[in-house]
Amino acid sequence: MEVRAELNYTEEHEWILIEGNQATLGITDFAQDKLGDVVFVELPEEGTLIEANEVVGNIESVKAVSEIFFPLSGEIVSVNKDLEEEPELINTSPYEEGWITKIQIEPADISEASLMNAEEYQAFCAAG
Amino acid sequence: MRYFPNDQDTNQAMLNKIGVDQVSDLFTSIPKSIQLDRPLDISAPRSEFSLLKELKEKASSYPVGHSSFLGGGVYRRFIPAAVGALASRAEFLTAYTPYQPEISQGSLQAMFEFQSLLTLLTGMDVANASMYEAASGVAEAVMMASRIRPKAKKVLVSAGLHPEYLEVLKTYLAPGDLQLVQVPVTPSGQTDLEALANLLDSDSLCSILQVINFFGVIEDQAKHQQALEGSKTLNISVMSDLSALGLLKPPGDFGADIFVGEAQSLGLPLSYGGPNLGVFACKNAYLRKMPGRLVGLSEDTHGKRAFCLTLSTREQHIRREKATSNICSNQAHCALWVTIYLSLLGEQGIRELAELNLGLADYAATQISEKTRIKRRFTGSVYNEFVLDLPCNATLWIDKLMQEGILAGVDLSRFDQSDEGGLLVCFTETNSKEEIDLLVSKLGELA
Repeated sequence: MEVRAELNYTEEHEWILIEGNQATLGITDFAQDKLGDVVFVELPEEGTLIEANEVVGNIESVKAVSEIFFPLSGEIVSVNKDLEEEPELINTSPYEEGWITKIQIEPADISEASLMNAEEYQAFCAAG
Repeated sequence: MRYFPNDQDTNQAMLNKIGVDQVSDLFTSIPKSIQLDRPLDISAPRSEFSLLKELKEKASSYPVGHSSFLGGGVYRRFIPAAVGALASRAEFLTAYTPYQPEISQGSLQAMFEFQSLLTLLTGMDVANASMYEAASGVAEAVMMASRIRPKAKKVLVSAGLHPEYLEVLKTYLAPGDLQLVQVPVTPSGQTDLEALANLLDSDSLCSILQVINFFGVIEDQAKHQQALEGSKTLNISVMSDLSALGLLKPPGDFGADIFVGEAQSLGLPLSYGGPNLGVFACKNAYLRKMPGRLVGLSEDTHGKRAFCLTLSTREQHIRREKATSNICSNQAHCALWVTIYLSLLGEQGIRELAELNLGLADYAATQISEKTRIKRRFTGSVYNEFVLDLPCNATLWIDKLMQEGILAGVDLSRFDQSDEGGLLVCFTETNSKEEIDLLVSKLGELA
């Protein structure tokens, strides 16, 4: 299982990369492995305003559907349209080509979101 | 097997347990006016043979079915004998939902053909393997629209929608926060599309239009599409008699996002309340928001053609409480009847069927206007049914004609008590010109 040091993690197994007032969201290597072959990703619409902890999309694998949450409020600024044609990018490249959406956030909110760092996330997964 | 009925004490103990005084209290939710308040009119207990004889004699004394002009959602069709014969093959008469569906390739193929035929007829991208009937189909369509646009709350409904579909829709929507707004009809009987355009805003979820409306009037689908252009409001198009699609341009050609239809009109017999059969179709883009079962065509491990249930992740056995709908079964056997009926008719046959219906209704309308002073309520174009304004109480007149072996039409006071003279008459291929002439002469006696 790959965990990247520069990322933040949620208990729902999403990773978040924060760069200034922009956050990039995806699901972790651990999550894609548990889901199995991803066959469809339902993406949010660009321009949508979201509340903290709102569902921003769905990931459908062969036998399950999981919701994608985002812990902060903000605005969807872009979505990974490649996933419409190649949802399997989530499996093959969860941290790069399999990113899901970019969200404009208020950096001041980050501290309230109780995100984990790589080390904490690794421990979280190991604890099961 | 021995059968012992419950004795009084047992019955009373059960009633006490659930806190009810008497058995009849269990039926209080059924309106008094339609409850039977006397024992059945059958004489003392006796043999099965003699009881059947008495019931057959009684049945033959009813005039039902001699000459019927009833429509309004269910339609008398001539059904070729081959439909029943083929559909009754033992292979098809199995349990409703096979739990290893792919083992029943024949059943799945029949459903796949049903879906394909309905997409051809309606011009939609994709149709599911059926719903219960059109009324709950309309409600499911609104719930689907709400999954597509969760933030919009206003449901615009044409006043030409079948009143029973509207009742079911109200029941479905009662617990939620969606709000119904009715769009009136003009004197032509068509939905007032200017009024619709004025009601549109960013909160408008969908617009429900019955393409040939409850009053039999053909709606302007092109104008409906225009009215919705530029707004995100979803177009839900509804039809109760799909045979009209032999002639009418399909809703898929006019931007329908979701289509709901009643397929009883395609070769299912009339048996009191049913069975009816709902058709549900949509644009490809909304496929994953669709309720109901969907059969797909795939390949097995040997590269051979294989039918399968597909996109099951929408359904509750996988998606649990987030499922698109709780419809996991369907009416596969009714869908099979429709599939065989449509296959027998073919493209040319359904066109001829529609021409026949249109022609007979036109003949009736012409005869009524030439030979009587009874007026049609609306001026708009019709397919096979229209509303007449009788100069008397329609309920009483219908009862009188029933004694003479004529089912004159649907009594509109059933839906609106103030509508005393409203009669919805319908003409299908099962009506002869002689029958129509007789109805016209009866109308002539009124005015």
